[in-house]
Amino acid sequence: MEAKKEAEENEEMKKTEKKPKKGESKKEEKSEKILKIPRDIVVPGEVIVSGEDYLPSDGTMRESMNIIATRFGLVEFIGRLVKVIPLSGVYIPRRGNTVIGKVIDITYNGLRLDIGAPYEAFLPMKECFFPHGRELEEYFNIGDMIIVKIFSIRRGDINLTMRDRGLNKLEGGMTITVNPNKVPRVIGKEGSMVNMIKQETGCLIVVGQNGIIWIRGENIDAELLAKEAILLITSKSHIEGLTDFVQDFLEKAKKGKEKLIK
Amino acid sequence: MTYEKRYDGRDFDETRKVEIKMGVIPRANGSAMFSFGNTKAIAAVYGPRLMHPQHLQNPEKAVLRCSYDMLSFSVTERKKPGPSRRSSEISHVIMNALTPVLQLENFPNAVIDLEIEIIQADASTRCAGINAAALALAHAGIPMTDLISAVSVGNIGNKICIDITKEEEDYEEDGEKLATDIPVAFAPRKNRLTLLQLDGKVKPEVLKKVIEAGNKACMKINEAQKKALRDLKMETELPEEEEK
Repeated sequence: MEAKKEAEENEEMKKTEKKPKKGESKKEEKSEKILKIPRDIVVPGEVIVSGEDYLPSDGTMRESMNIIATRFGLVEFIGRLVKVIPLSGVYIPRRGNTVIGKVIDITYNGLRLDIGAPYEAFLPMKECFFPHGRELEEYFNIGDMIIVKIFSIRRGDINLTMRDRGLNKLEGGMTITVNPNKVPRVIGKEGSMVNMIKQETGCLIVVGQNGIIWIRGENIDAELLAKEAILLITSKSHIEGLTDFVQDFLEKAKKGKEKLIK
Repeated sequence: MTYEKRYDGRDFDETRKVEIKMGVIPRANGSAMFSFGNTKAIAAVYGPRLMHPQHLQNPEKAVLRCSYDMLSFSVTERKKPGPSRRSSEISHVIMNALTPVLQLENFPNAVIDLEIEIIQADASTRCAGINAAALALAHAGIPMTDLISAVSVGNIGNKICIDITKEEEDYEEDGEKLATDIPVAFAPRKNRLTLLQLDGKVKPEVLKKVIEAGNKACMKINEAQKKALRDLKMETELPEEEEK
């Protein structure tokens, strides 16, 4: 009941707000109407903003006076930019992203990697990093996982590089795949979430922007705990105070294990 | 004698019960189930991914590869499994109904695989298929300018009926078949017609009325589709307790 009353009140507020605007002048009427608030869900074809004061960004499109959503997701305003944060779909590569890829082919001048994007990615030999005095095909095998950075994208061509800190071939541990749209949640604000999991489980974790996550811990239990925590984040990604929630989960899980050992 | 009352007691402008489930196929990038009463369609979208074989690639834009099929147990008399003349035609028709709203130029050389399976058939399967496909495409995050909705309109004994059933499709008067099935699909934001087929006979002036009736019904279906997509987000927002 309360909610209904509130809604009614809001409607009344809107009406009173709109009335003076209409009375003022025609110019006022032409100015933008924001039909969606931030974090509203939109489906393709829905009008987000009407008017010319905003600019369309990712997942949106301008159509005469309106900005409409072209993807299914959440609305976000960055200054004058209107954006849709997708909730699902395949990974769309961006320049500078750090991703984890799987070697699918070794050619004479480099490696071809599957990074979960619509296109295959190429890692040229001169951008590879491997111990001196060894051959490319000797060091890399088909099926190896490598942390790489996206160097350039030109239409269907994705070029990768390994010339940066922390980019190397992965040895040991396990990789898991999560929805790439949930990666920001797994990382958390300035890495808070992933750092917390690292601390609690003592695992090494690398999160690729393409949703592939590598975990290596001292023992398999630690790795599995970290995996479980990450899967928990992706399944409950919209809860507020998620970091605390996951911390509680990890602490409980640890205590439970200690009890079992005793 | 005319067709006065519908066999299942519906109003003439009423669709059967619409039921939508999102994400029915976990391995697909996007999937949905759409049903009109007893007609049930599931659609799955894979990709965008690299097109193979390479000679089918389009360097300008992505290719939408549709496949519509009825499962052998979907009809009363067992349907021989595998592609047929009918299913390949409908696949093509569905592809043409959906492509006008898709922004395929974002993914040159890629393919978007769309699989539609009819798991239970009671007429207007292609419309259920299109509705499911539109939802699956949105779920897969394919950029598109609108969400397509489709409905079959029948002209049964000079009465315009929305969402006809198999029983109505076979309507006869004195041994003469008097049912016309007209599937229509709309891009609702601009009211653009993307599919119009005709199976039977109809007068030009009646066709106009049929399209108008179809448009109205499509708008209602579109609302249901939008709601299903919004609820999908709610599910991910507030999941049930899953521990233990």
